[in-house]
Amino acid sequence: MSSHVVIIFLATFLASGVEAVEALTIVLAVGVVRGWRSTLIGVGAASVVLAAVIASLGPALQNIPIGTLRFVVGALLLAFGLQWLRKAVLRASGYKPLHDEAEAFTREREQAGAAARRPGSEMDWYSFTVAFKGVLLEGLEVAFIVVTFGATQGRLGLATAAAAAAALVVIVAGFVVRGPLARVPENTLKYAVGVMLTSFGIFWGGEGAGVDWPGGDAAILVIIAFMALFSLAVTRELRRRRLALRPAEAGG
Amino acid sequence: MKFVRAFGRFWWDFIVGDDWRVAAGLGGAFALTWLLEDNGITAWWLLPLAVAALLLESVLREARASD
Repeated sequence: MSSHVVIIFLATFLASGVEAVEALTIVLAVGVVRGWRSTLIGVGAASVVLAAVIASLGPALQNIPIGTLRFVVGALLLAFGLQWLRKAVLRASGYKPLHDEAEAFTREREQAGAAARRPGSEMDWYSFTVAFKGVLLEGLEVAFIVVTFGATQGRLGLATAAAAAAALVVIVAGFVVRGPLARVPENTLKYAVGVMLTSFGIFWGGEGAGVDWPGGDAAILVIIAFMALFSLAVTRELRRRRLALRPAEAGG
Repeated sequence: MKFVRAFGRFWWDFIVGDDWRVAAGLGGAFALTWLLEDNGITAWWLLPLAVAALLLESVLREARASD
C-alpha cells in the first residue's frame, strides 16, 4: 500500500471525524431539547444533499486532464488547508480561543429552548433547519476534501469510505456517551488535518504548475514533515511571545 | 439576488477566508513557480518556502493586532 493511500485515508478520516463531532453537537442539542423526529429528518436531508454532491462532482472531476485537475485542486486545497493551519496555530498558541464542544452544546441548547414552536404543526421547522444547516455546512468541507483527494488520486471510493467510517465512529460514540464529544482532541486533529491539506496542496499544486518534485511521490512525506515542524516552531514562538507580554497567563 | 450574494459569500469564505493577503500571496507564488519552470528554471523549492512565509506573516500580524 503506497504512502499516498494511507495519508489520503488518514486525512479524510480525521477531517470527517472533526466535522462530524461539530455536527453531532448541534444535532444532539436540538434533538434533546425539541425532539428527534424533525431533527433526524433534517440530518437525513442534509446527508442526501452531501451524497449527491460527492456522487456528481467526484466522477465529473475525474474527466478533467490530470495536470489541470492537480493544479486546480492543489491551489484550492492549499488556500483551504492554510486557513485551517493558520487558525490551528493561533488556537494552539493562545491567540484564538480553543473550540469547546461542551460550551457549543450549552449555547445550542439555550437557543433551541428559546426558539418559538408553531402550535398544531407536526413538523418542527426550527429543528429541521438547524440540523440540516449544521450537517450540511460541516459536511460540505468534508465533501470538498473527499472529492478533491478522491478525484486527484483516482481513489474516490477510498476517500468516501474513510469519511463515512469517521462519521459512523462519531455517531456510535455520541450514542454511547449520550452527549457532545467534548473529550475528543478536536483542536489537535484540526492542526494535523491543516498540515496534511496544506502539504497535499503544495504537492499537487506544484505538479500542476510544472514542478518535478525531487524523489517523486516520496516528496509528499518531506513536505508534510517540513510543514509540521515549521508550524510547530511558529506556534511555540507565538506562545512564548504571548506569555512574555502577558505573564499573568503563564500561571493559569 | 440574495441567493447569489450568499453563494458568493460562501465561496469567498471557503477559499479566501479571514486573510485575503494569504490567498493573494498563494496566487503570486503559483504564478512565479509556473513562470520559472516554464523558462527551464527548477522551482520546486518556491511553494513550500512561500507557504511557510505566508503562514508566518499572517499569524504574526494577527498576534500583533491582539497584543
